[in-house]
Amino acid sequence: MSEHHGPAKGIKRWIFATNHKDIGTLYLWFSFAMFIIGGAFAMIIRAELFQPGLQMISPEFFNQMTTMHGLVMVFGAIMPSFVGLANWLIPMMIGAPDMALPRMNNLSFWLLPFAFTVLLSSLFMEGGAPNFGWTFYAPLSTTYAPPSVTFFIFGVHLMGASSIMGSINIIATVMNMRAPGMTYMKMPLFVWTWLITAFLLVAVMPVLAGAVTMMLMDIHFGTSFFNAAGGGDPVLFQHVFWFFGHPEVYIIILPAFGVVSQIIPAFSRKPLFGYDSMVYATASIAFLSFIVWAHHMYTVGMPIAGELFFMYATMLIAVPTGVKVFNWITTMFKGSITFETPMLFSIGFVFLFTIGGFTGLMLAIAPADVQYHDSYFVVAHFHYVMVAGAVFSMSAAIYYWLPKWCGRMYDETMGKVHFWIAFIGFNIAFFPQHFVGLAGMPRRIPDYALQFTDFNMMSSIGAFIYGAAQILFLFNVIRTIVAGKKVDDPQVWEGAQGLEWTIPTPAPYHTFTTPPQVK
Amino acid sequence: MTAQTGGADTYYVPEQSRLAICLATSVAVLILGAAIGLNQMTFGSGDANWTMLWLGLLGFVVILAVWFRQTIVENRAGMNSAQLKHSYALGMQWFIFSEVMFFACFFGVLFYVRNLAGPWLGGEGAKLMTNEVLWPAFDFSWPMQTTPQEAVGGVADQIPANTGTFVGPKESVSWSGIPLINTILLLTSSVTCHFAHVALKADKRSAFNLWLGLTLILGFTFVGFQAYEYYEAYNHLGLTLEAGIYGSTFFILTGFHGFHVCMGAIMLSVQWLRSTVGGHFTPDDQFGFEASSWYWHFVDVVWVGLFLFVYIL
Repeated sequence: MSEHHGPAKGIKRWIFATNHKDIGTLYLWFSFAMFIIGGAFAMIIRAELFQPGLQMISPEFFNQMTTMHGLVMVFGAIMPSFVGLANWLIPMMIGAPDMALPRMNNLSFWLLPFAFTVLLSSLFMEGGAPNFGWTFYAPLSTTYAPPSVTFFIFGVHLMGASSIMGSINIIATVMNMRAPGMTYMKMPLFVWTWLITAFLLVAVMPVLAGAVTMMLMDIHFGTSFFNAAGGGDPVLFQHVFWFFGHPEVYIIILPAFGVVSQIIPAFSRKPLFGYDSMVYATASIAFLSFIVWAHHMYTVGMPIAGELFFMYATMLIAVPTGVKVFNWITTMFKGSITFETPMLFSIGFVFLFTIGGFTGLMLAIAPADVQYHDSYFVVAHFHYVMVAGAVFSMSAAIYYWLPKWCGRMYDETMGKVHFWIAFIGFNIAFFPQHFVGLAGMPRRIPDYALQFTDFNMMSSIGAFIYGAAQILFLFNVIRTIVAGKKVDDPQVWEGAQGLEWTIPTPAPYHTFTTPPQVK
Repeated sequence: MTAQTGGADTYYVPEQSRLAICLATSVAVLILGAAIGLNQMTFGSGDANWTMLWLGLLGFVVILAVWFRQTIVENRAGMNSAQLKHSYALGMQWFIFSEVMFFACFFGVLFYVRNLAGPWLGGEGAKLMTNEVLWPAFDFSWPMQTTPQEAVGGVADQIPANTGTFVGPKESVSWSGIPLINTILLLTSSVTCHFAHVALKADKRSAFNLWLGLTLILGFTFVGFQAYEYYEAYNHLGLTLEAGIYGSTFFILTGFHGFHVCMGAIMLSVQWLRSTVGGHFTPDDQFGFEASSWYWHFVDVVWVGLFLFVYIL
């Protein structure tokens, strides 16, 4: 029996991995690679939109870029990055030696590189890559789709299988592997948000699988789920998709909530304000996420009763979200705050995510949404939530826990520079999009009316600045891992709370082979 | 082999494993083979080549078998702590929950089509003009025996959305024949499966083998009847995948259910062989059987929903 074995040598360590830290590392690097690829697609989009008229790429290729940018960022960058974080942190936070089902953990990861190889290879196929938008509405994705849609469908099946297995693993770990004394209401909030996220994933990924399976049947086997000629309905696709798609939004943002709920108390040197209400708010958001999906579809011609129901249900989400924002701010209130990079990103998160939340409220109002629908206002809204929400909190998480993981401190100045470039670049890129959107610029179109030129140029410049900031981030992370200043204090940050700060720094290959006692 | 320590105060520390990467590779071959074959079938000119699909499927089945075998060997060697066993149980339970949601998706589709989309196509309520302009002469009824396309006289003289060829079925499937028999078969098999469980807990080996064997016979008979029903649907009722939304929902619901029955029956067969040939299971350690039986009961419950909403109502 091997109780004190270290990592295996060479490539075997990674492809045969069962260690939660190794698999977490794999997830994080994979998601960063996808972040770079998806970011490159975004740069192509912004370069094309720098000036009106068709400048660099064909409209067909532009459609492929918007589609692939969305798919790669959502399924390849953001989701796996938080699974990577979960792998690294959950066992250390609850006092477990590893994830509950380590071999399945490895399978969850290794499905992803295959899935994305299949998806990205469609760029080189006859007829081009998927070009129907990341929401792949029928009949664009069925009757009028390029042949590569078949590869896309199976790619989505693989990602879904990976997510379901990863989530089952997280649920089993949290329910079954907590150290003695670690009751549910003592768990760090990151663990709570991930437990609820995992539940959402197990509930809605199968629905996505059902949606793409029906597409596959319509394309290849002559069924008519999404074809009115046979008695089906293209709008049915949107209902099924958004039944998955709206919880998916919270799947992306809930772990981000968890991250900032760990970091803000640490740098405010105060315990999190309203822990219980944070837990209940998270659960409420998860519940509401199942009954609001059609707010993405106000303009498809739903009955008025449906529009009203989904409008009011959507607005309800503002209540638990408001509780969260209130709690983060109240945690900082009268704290002895210092502004290290993770804290800067967390405060940036709270500020910008709240803006994204407010624009979300505007979009929730059915009669107003008829004007905003499919405009750049929507693009601005969800980038405030996805980028300034999920990606900012991910950056915060990396700076916060990287010293614990590798025993070396990142360069604080470079980290702060990264934050400010990212923050300014992000706002230059996306704030003007609110205005062009309200003025009527539609999304997913490679050309635009002349009066939108100035704001689009600003947007593009901001996007390039934000993109450049990520290169600095990559450099800082690599520099930290190979040459950062050594840290050996288990605490790392003086205000940090939780079991992961009680083990040595860097975190040993196996932690908690005997369970810690939690008082 | 995975080293797992058993005591109450030490945890299970996993060793490296080749299983996952092999399984992921075979799944990748499987889906590539499926995608290539399907695209040749639909968009190509020649015959589709399914070699890669079968290779991937073979690899997938073999590696999955090796994987399960290893977990069985580990458990029988006493390497699994009570905690790890509970993790496996949780894993199976949440997997079944994900399957519930998978079927919920298709039931949702059925309800939406029958209660909302179908009546709208027929011009109900505010959607009068949808019917008048797009699909005149289409009347909605369920089972839908005349598709909107047929109602307007075929593909040619209609709006761009009128694509494909959808000819409604001559007859729908009656609930009182094979479906009723199948309901009785499957419900009975859930009961016999439970009796098998009770027998195993009471350490009555031969009763367990008998009840479980009976469950398997009932399960496979169900699959046989289902295959016959499909044969009838295709050859005598004109009920096919191309028969419009009734055929689409009918086949996706019963088809995925039938596939899950096959999976469940295979799982239970393995447990039956483990008991009869291998002498596996004890009254207090029988997770392989329990997990399979949970799955079997789940499949049974889904069938009750199908019988009600697809066949009777």
